[in-house]
Amino acid sequence: MRLGRPRMAPSAVIWLLLAAAYFILPLYATFDFSLKKNAAGAPCCTLHNYGWVIHNGDFWHTIKISFVLALETIVISLLLFVPTIYWVHLKVPKLRPVLAFMALVPFVVPPIVMVVGLLKTFKGSPHWFYGTPWGFLATAYVILAFPYTFFSLDAGFRAIDVHTLTEASQSLGATWTTTLFKVILPNIRTAALGAAFLTLAVVMGEFTIANLAAFHTFPIFLQYVNESQGFPAGALTLLSFMITWGAMLSLLLVGRKRGARGAVIAGAR
Amino acid sequence: MAYLQLENLHRQFGSFKALKGIDISLGEGEFLSLLGPSGCGKTTALRIVAGFDRPNAGRVVIEGKDLAGVGPNKRDMGMVFQAYSLFPNMTARQNVEFGLKIRGRDKADRTKRVSDLLELVGLGHAGDRYPHQLSGGMQQRVALARALAIEPRVLLLDEPLSALDAKVRVQLREEIRRIQLELGITTLYVTHDQEEALAISDHVAVMYGGVIEQMGTPAEMYTAPRTPFVAEFIGTMNRLEAHIVDGAAGEVEHAGTRLRIDAARGRTNGERVLILIRPETLELQAAGNSAGANGNTLTAEVVTQTFLGPVTRLKMTGGLIADMSTARAAALPVGANVVAQVPYEGVQLLALADDEGIPDIGEGT
Repeated sequence: MRLGRPRMAPSAVIWLLLAAAYFILPLYATFDFSLKKNAAGAPCCTLHNYGWVIHNGDFWHTIKISFVLALETIVISLLLFVPTIYWVHLKVPKLRPVLAFMALVPFVVPPIVMVVGLLKTFKGSPHWFYGTPWGFLATAYVILAFPYTFFSLDAGFRAIDVHTLTEASQSLGATWTTTLFKVILPNIRTAALGAAFLTLAVVMGEFTIANLAAFHTFPIFLQYVNESQGFPAGALTLLSFMITWGAMLSLLLVGRKRGARGAVIAGAR
Repeated sequence: MAYLQLENLHRQFGSFKALKGIDISLGEGEFLSLLGPSGCGKTTALRIVAGFDRPNAGRVVIEGKDLAGVGPNKRDMGMVFQAYSLFPNMTARQNVEFGLKIRGRDKADRTKRVSDLLELVGLGHAGDRYPHQLSGGMQQRVALARALAIEPRVLLLDEPLSALDAKVRVQLREEIRRIQLELGITTLYVTHDQEEALAISDHVAVMYGGVIEQMGTPAEMYTAPRTPFVAEFIGTMNRLEAHIVDGAAGEVEHAGTRLRIDAARGRTNGERVLILIRPETLELQAAGNSAGANGNTLTAEVVTQTFLGPVTRLKMTGGLIADMSTARAAALPVGANVVAQVPYEGVQLLALADDEGIPDIGEGT
């Protein structure tokens, strides 16, 4: 006999609706605001503000920079931290608390302090690094996203039996690289995707470092529009929201497509 | 010439000596079980053979070649682990195929071999299932097929059945033995279950405290244990501390009672010995009904009765244990005074050093 889906308790429904309202109401208010043309007396409603955003070259330029930066940060973070955390779990588990402590540092040190330190540290380094977002900003964002990357990946590695899987793979003739890419990585895919989502969200919304380091990223453009033109800023906020969610969804789809079952199984352990 | 040799292996973790110089020699196609309690060093020895650990001294030699410096991925040894070790992202078929892909076998060859092996372990129908869709026993069967797929020089099994329930364990151990004999593969098997080791091995090596206490065939280990530890660990044994009172006549004294035992003949008077009697060889009679006894007896009172299916186990004062048919045991209830007939022959004696106590590792089964 198949059991039906358990029914949700009325109190749970109320809490769910309250939580949904908490998130949806500001979005609705922003949407409502973005449909207005002028502060006083203009008829409702117009898509003029959306047109302004879409036809704005700076919008596309900055969102491209931020998006590519996010991808670069994700790639560097995963390349750096997947093998590191794997090795720590496998060979030096005593170092795990040390890594966890280090991962908390970006939470504790305010970004404004961090960027001043980084700017001083890297001052005088080559232009391709110091003068472009792909070098300096990406480095800063890898540090900034470290807590999210570490704790996501750490949870993934803790959910699998790293030792046994590694030894089983090696006894069958696999090298370290084969073991990492064919056995370990597919089984922490969910965790790696989680780390990627969080990193994307961090980079797409980071303002302080980009502003102080004088790079023109999307949050800088958003802030500029917000200060100078109120109604288009509403449209811009909603569009950026949708673009970020769209990017996350496509990452999810790409990840799922290549190893949907693996991710599910790894998660079920 | 031996196919696999472990020569004087030592392994130390900090101040703990896990292996204190073990030597094992195994012929091609033979099945050896390393048997012992937790912490005796059996898994350490197996991991050294697999290449996952390195000895502090000694060496592992296979077909005359020293394996020092050869990584685990170059040793050609199939291993089945205690924990479920199937790759969760792969189906049973893909798991078995993994080692063959690494070796660059062509697809047709791989497909045939995987199908053959899944059939061999009785899972021809479950090749497309993922590990989480298989029971524990099925997962270990796939793990066995996966280890065999690479045609290993030695098959290593590290307590592969310990996570399974009793019935599956018995079924699977018989299958492991059948497959091992069918393929003629040299096998090293680690277990803490003496019944398992005796049931499927050509040779058993009992380990304790990092050394091999005794190595021999299962029958030798059961009938002629050479150390008090082996006597206790293999099966259940009555162990009675005694000393020789008349070596010429074969008389010993245990707790004030004189007994005549064939194995005591020729021993030095005053020598401390351990009398070893299997529970099934101890004859019990009610104290008032011991007309047939020949005087070679111990008296005791029944303390507990445990129903074990075909037999009932009686525990008595003085640490005596006897197994008898359930029907006969009904006549000797708890509290009954009994006379235990110690057989003259078939009882073993082990010499005890003056300061040596009797090892206590809990009751064997």
